Amino acid sequence: MYNFEFKQPKTISDAVNALESDEAQALGGGQTLIPTMKQRLASPSTLVSLTAIPEMKGICKNDDGSISIGGGTTHADVASHSDIFSGLKTLAENIGDAAVRNRGTIGGSLANNDPAACYPAAALSAGATIVTNNREISADDFFQGMFDTALEEDEIIVSVKFPNPSSSSYQKFVQPASRFAMVGVFLSNFGNKTRVAVTGASEGGVFRWSEAEAALNKNFSDDSIIDLSIDHKDMIEDIHASKEYRAHLVKVMTKRAVASAS
Amino acid sequence: MPKDSGIGAATRRREDARFLLGSGRYSDDISLLNQTYAVFARSEVANGIIKTVDTSEAEKMPGVVTVFTGEDFVDVGGNPAGWLINSRNGEPMKEPKRPVLAHGKVRHVGDAYAAVIAETEQQARDAAEKINADIKELPAVIDMASALSGSNFVHDEIGTNQCYDWGWIEDNREATDNAIKNAHHVTTLELVNNRLVPNAMEPRCSIADYNPANDDYTLYTTSQNPHLTRLLISAFVLGIPENKLTVVSPDVGGGFGSKIYHYGEEALVLAAAKRIKRPVRWTATRSESFMTDAHGRDHATKIELALDKDNNFLAFRTETMANVGAYLSNFSTVTPTILHGTLMAGNYAVPNVYVNVKTVFTNTAPVDAYRGAGRPEATYSLERVIDKAATELGLDPTNLRRQNFIKSDQFPYVTAAGLNYDVGDYDAVMDRLEHHADLKGFAKRRKKSEAKGKLRGLGINSYIEACGIAPSNLIGTLGARVGLYDAATIRVNATGNISVMVGAHSHGQGHETAFPQIVADLLGVDPNNVEIVHGDTSKIPFGMGTYGSRSLAVCGSAIVRGVEKIISKGKKIAAHMMETTDDKVDFDEGVFSVRGTNKTVSFGDVALKAYIPHDFPIEDIEPGLEETAFYDPQNFTYPAGAYACEVEVDPETGQVTIESFTAADDFGNIINPMIVEGQVHGGLAQGIGQALLEGCVYDEDGQLISASYMDYTMPRAADLPSFIVDHTVRTPSTDNPLGVKGCGEAGAIGSPPTVVNAVVDALRSADHDVTHIDMPLTPERVWAAMNN
Repeated sequence: MYNFEFKQPKTISDAVNALESDEAQALGGGQTLIPTMKQRLASPSTLVSLTAIPEMKGICKNDDGSISIGGGTTHADVASHSDIFSGLKTLAENIGDAAVRNRGTIGGSLANNDPAACYPAAALSAGATIVTNNREISADDFFQGMFDTALEEDEIIVSVKFPNPSSSSYQKFVQPASRFAMVGVFLSNFGNKTRVAVTGASEGGVFRWSEAEAALNKNFSDDSIIDLSIDHKDMIEDIHASKEYRAHLVKVMTKRAVASAS
Repeated sequence: MPKDSGIGAATRRREDARFLLGSGRYSDDISLLNQTYAVFARSEVANGIIKTVDTSEAEKMPGVVTVFTGEDFVDVGGNPAGWLINSRNGEPMKEPKRPVLAHGKVRHVGDAYAAVIAETEQQARDAAEKINADIKELPAVIDMASALSGSNFVHDEIGTNQCYDWGWIEDNREATDNAIKNAHHVTTLELVNNRLVPNAMEPRCSIADYNPANDDYTLYTTSQNPHLTRLLISAFVLGIPENKLTVVSPDVGGGFGSKIYHYGEEALVLAAAKRIKRPVRWTATRSESFMTDAHGRDHATKIELALDKDNNFLAFRTETMANVGAYLSNFSTVTPTILHGTLMAGNYAVPNVYVNVKTVFTNTAPVDAYRGAGRPEATYSLERVIDKAATELGLDPTNLRRQNFIKSDQFPYVTAAGLNYDVGDYDAVMDRLEHHADLKGFAKRRKKSEAKGKLRGLGINSYIEACGIAPSNLIGTLGARVGLYDAATIRVNATGNISVMVGAHSHGQGHETAFPQIVADLLGVDPNNVEIVHGDTSKIPFGMGTYGSRSLAVCGSAIVRGVEKIISKGKKIAAHMMETTDDKVDFDEGVFSVRGTNKTVSFGDVALKAYIPHDFPIEDIEPGLEETAFYDPQNFTYPAGAYACEVEVDPETGQVTIESFTAADDFGNIINPMIVEGQVHGGLAQGIGQALLEGCVYDEDGQLISASYMDYTMPRAADLPSFIVDHTVRTPSTDNPLGVKGCGEAGAIGSPPTVVNAVVDALRSADHDVTHIDMPLTPERVWAAMNN
């Protein structure tokens, strides 16, 4: 690790100001950034911690039934909150280990948009709205490819607003070493409409599997998935899984998500 | 009834109090006044010519004290191979020099070519980044087969990538070939024993302190064998006289073999401490551990098993390529040969065995002994090919093994691979296994699994290993450049408590608990009054350390011999005290008595008298009560066992879960059954890790892909079932006074083939035509095997 300045603002506007300086970097729970810095692969001159800003923390149910989660809310807090719908609860409960869940934040995960992270699948599947200090961005517009999002420089995820699906499920097939998603499928069912988002699998990052959605919109049953297949050519290939295997897992995990949605 | 102390008691480990409370004292915990920090500049390419190493910028960085490059060590020795292996044609193995720092060429990713010494670690790291090395990258030699056939050499000066081409036993070659040619049935299997990264919890750490007043050195280092490290540094690398170098290895957080060896970092900190006359310390980062700790396994093998029409084994023949990486680590040449080939008869009365091993240099980290060292590779090949033969012939794999076992009345038994097994009862062990694992109930359990959509498989295995390394006279004839005895000093203090200085080193084995049990039992004293001292060459006798499940069989035997000398001397003192002669004195349960009388003196009184010899017949009896014994075994010990594993396979994903694992072992006599059970558990976890999870991967350019825990899968508690462990079959070793055999490696040796046999069985139950899958059996590999 190289030396850096550390700032811990108490308000969003102070955080935005602090991020205006050259080579300043926002720090959520640090579960990706800190290991990267320890390896000397990142060297921000200033770290602006977002974990001491009260308005970025906590979970509340809105009048329209949606759930707002502060960008600085930890995975552990999401996992243990009674208003969280089942798929999202399962997801938060199974990120990393207890230490990761007690530090890592939903805002950090979404802003980083690791192609194998879990939260992007939930946000995209549920059709969440990413609320920043400047604007609201729909999940469909937010994720723009591996490690790439619609966030501008100095833009901070203040909160994430999740519609409350009538049923949901998250099925993660873990990469055995990292326990990130080798393939993770998040399914959100809103009665007459189902959204399926897949993480871990594609070189383009998290994506919606539109064929599965169309089939499920006709008939919400795991039988609807059986005859589908997904092209493997854009899938990730690494020492843990081939493109073909990942494509196969997308189907298996989707089927299981349908069967287990609650 | 279980005893509550002494030999056979399940005494809780006394060392755990400090480990569990975080008060252990590891090398990195040692802090010396005025210390400096070393950081290494390491190669980012697998193969390259070092054109220049410009250190001028680094030297000007804040806090830098001095910088070393390969140039600084050109005139000193290299880190040697501890074992000379000759090729089949009689030629000695190729031994390219392994320098302290790379010079001329870098040969693997992580190969150190320079080191910075600075006031802080941060400053040293900053300065190391300013070393400007012009290294011309060359194509890497990674794949073993291409290494042997190609003309791109890891070491240009030897003109080959083959270290040796070894045959065992060369005189048996023709007979084995003939047996296979004329056999009723031959089963052939090609398999890979996957390369592993040792991953000791504590990274390597070395701290050197030089005292100019006396021109002597102290090296604190993470070593499994401080005397061996000292010997290598003194005799081969730096030439520091042994009497001027103290090596201390305090608490060590796991080794698994990787801390047997001397590494260049130890020599570097010693040389640096002398140059700057200040202490120099280095602790590996986890990345450095991945790149530079000696890796394990990495064999590619073709094995053939020949059977007659009655299913009797006629011959095993193997051809193996074994990777040694870029340099010969200290025991890299013996691991794939003597520790592997000699075990290729397994537990079987097979008349012909022939083993050919070609050991290969590649541009990867050195490979050396890792928990089991050669014996897991032997067991894996044998037990996989036997299972395949059973499948081909439609035989029950357990019965096929039993039919070919060496029977209990055939011992001592000289195998076709040249070892003399002293004792054993493989059928009795298999009986215990069948009982605990409820093999008869398997069909019912399979049905249950199938009802929930899972495939269930049963894997059986039997294994044998050679432990208690080693009889020095035998290994000397086989090329060993060291002896492998061990030593203990028993110091009975004046107040009756006892310090035992031992050559073995404890880094997880529980010696501090088990060794006092022996001493206490033999002397009839409270084990809590016995203290074990280890890991410091200035305190302990010249022993050879801990590896190869040797500590109890060899060092434990030295303790017994030392205690016998104490009793013998004690009798002389007691005889003097009771006004008789020592031939009339008996010793039992801590009391010396005069035979046929009621005269007694206690052990404590004798100890006190030894140190207050006011009325000693000083010409007949020396004062003091301290004895040293060296023990060199007559033979290896031969622990053996039978394991069973049941797995479930998810047919949709290929995910394997271990539903049960049963281990029945014969370890001979047992000093502490709780520690034995713990050792078996740890070994099983490591073996299951190899079978399902762990795999070290280099790409074709020699980059280490599995270089962190993001990509290298360690076994975790949730991956393992609750083990059933039985060690009630005990055929005591006939070659050591304790009748013990060793248990440290068994689990890691016996479990990999058991797991693979189980997974193959599961897949075949669903009519998949699968005969083998290479480890690790990741979900993808299992899925691919079902869908090829």
